[in-house]
Amino acid sequence: MARTAIKAEKLEKWFGEGEAKTMALRHVSFEADFGEMVYIVGPSGSGKTTLLSVLSGILRPNVGEVWVEETEIWNLDSNRLAEFRRNKIGFVFQDYHLFPRLSTVENVAIPLILRKEDWNESVQEATKYLEIVGLRGRAELLPVKLSGGEQQRVAIARAMVGQPDILIMDEPTASLDGDTGQAILKFVHEKILNRDRCIVVVTHDSRIYEFASRILKMEDGRLTGTEERAA
Amino acid sequence: MKGILKLAYKLLANDKAKFTALLVGIIFASFSMIFISSMFVGVMNHSSSTIINIGASMWVMDPAVQIPANSVGMPDYVLDAVRSMRGVAYAVPLYSGTALVKLSDGSYQAATVIGVDDNTLFGRPEMVDGRITDIFAENGFIVVQDGDYPKLKSPRVGAEFEINDHRAVIVGTAKVAMSGLFGLPTLYTTYNRAIQYIPNPRYTISYVLLEPKTPADIPQIKKQVDELGYMALTRNEFMQRSINYYIFQTGMGTNLLIMTVITFAVGLSVSGQTFYTFILENLERFGALKAIGTTSPELILMILFQVTFTALTGYGLGLGLCTLFVSLAKMRLPSYFAMITYANLLLGLVMVLIIAAISSYAGVRRVLRIEPFEIFRG
Repeated sequence: MARTAIKAEKLEKWFGEGEAKTMALRHVSFEADFGEMVYIVGPSGSGKTTLLSVLSGILRPNVGEVWVEETEIWNLDSNRLAEFRRNKIGFVFQDYHLFPRLSTVENVAIPLILRKEDWNESVQEATKYLEIVGLRGRAELLPVKLSGGEQQRVAIARAMVGQPDILIMDEPTASLDGDTGQAILKFVHEKILNRDRCIVVVTHDSRIYEFASRILKMEDGRLTGTEERAA
Repeated sequence: MKGILKLAYKLLANDKAKFTALLVGIIFASFSMIFISSMFVGVMNHSSSTIINIGASMWVMDPAVQIPANSVGMPDYVLDAVRSMRGVAYAVPLYSGTALVKLSDGSYQAATVIGVDDNTLFGRPEMVDGRITDIFAENGFIVVQDGDYPKLKSPRVGAEFEINDHRAVIVGTAKVAMSGLFGLPTLYTTYNRAIQYIPNPRYTISYVLLEPKTPADIPQIKKQVDELGYMALTRNEFMQRSINYYIFQTGMGTNLLIMTVITFAVGLSVSGQTFYTFILENLERFGALKAIGTTSPELILMILFQVTFTALTGYGLGLGLCTLFVSLAKMRLPSYFAMITYANLLLGLVMVLIIAAISSYAGVRRVLRIEPFEIFRG
């Protein structure tokens, strides 16, 4: 039986007050298991990114709970929550957010460095992950010298280097052409996803749906449907 | 922790253009502040050169005297009265004035003339060439070999010149702890010869130098001198009085303050603006770090490390530049005044750290306010 990685219960999130109040999440509940690659899809403004932020512990919901394994993350204080993110969650941002003045391998090593691991050992470990994403030869280059697809792979290596239980990917193909986007998600599906890891992807790129285990559809802050996939 | 600091360092130093601009701001600020204050300290010290060189414990003078160079003559009875005061071990007269010297080539040069007590030669300089007793020889003068010595054509023992139509002969050369403020060469002779050669008003004693029997006698000596209508100051009090005069009555203090404020403002605006821009440009990255799991104290530590590293590096370079500049100037100008003291260094460091603290404050506030959620929103 699959273990539950993330459990969201009756999440509500709004911005502003009074007449300016905007509901971003309305009564959202779902579970994601280890070994699953869950997609959250929907039109712009449907609340996908808000949900992703709430799930990953960077945006506090107004109502509801988020459990990651046995921990209700919003009961943690801000520093412990930061440590929780550091140890449990890997992030792949839409715009990669690589550090332009650090070499590729140093970018990948950042999560380990933040865990107070030795700089040289972190860089050595990061080199292994660059090897996994096929960029060993680009280790010393600055990110600006890499193509969009390569930068995305560096971002994935950075997210993976700390061996997180949960991988959060925000619009991972938004800045990539169709073929590269597909190749990246195929790589994630084949090499990164395993039975001890849960991957949550926010996207509205239907060309990569084939890699999803499950697709949660959102509209106007609500979960409007779930589509089980065979992937 | 070391890794986070190295990360902070790389984020800073790898952005060479910004790092250079930051350093330039700090270097400019520290260089200017150390240089201006060292000029001030140099001027202040040289203004007290007579007090330092003579070395008396206490000085009796007319209350109108503000600086050693502007003495007001006192009648002879003051010397006798001081000698008879309780607590005084001994007291001697001192002449201090300016004379126009006619050199052997016919040119004129103003010089400071110090006339030391004929009996004790108290306040005499340290001899370099010749014997101090030769000062009693006919027309004998001792010349001080300092930065202004060449203005008298660097006279050797036996050289002759004229003072107020009197023949004068160099009988020795000497050195003193510090040259004067006004760029004049210094001649030593006896008190009696000084008042005989140099045209004087009715009263001729510039200062009475005295030594108290014990330090505890100083207050009662001051009181007795005060009752006489004159003023007795210890060496340090006289130096401070002189410094106060330059600071508060010549505009020098105000100018120093204005220059320091301008330097501080320019340094702050260049460094503060550049550092804040650096933070703004890296805001998304700081947000990403926050999302990845960097705590607020760690982010503050990174920013403080960046700004402290820049401040101390800039301060060191600014200090080095200032030292180089002052050294080069002293090689070219022997009587160059600037004097770098620990107080100057501390002042410069404190100012630079204040600039760094203000610069980082805005950056820290900005970084702490950023929500990692913004990173997801792109």
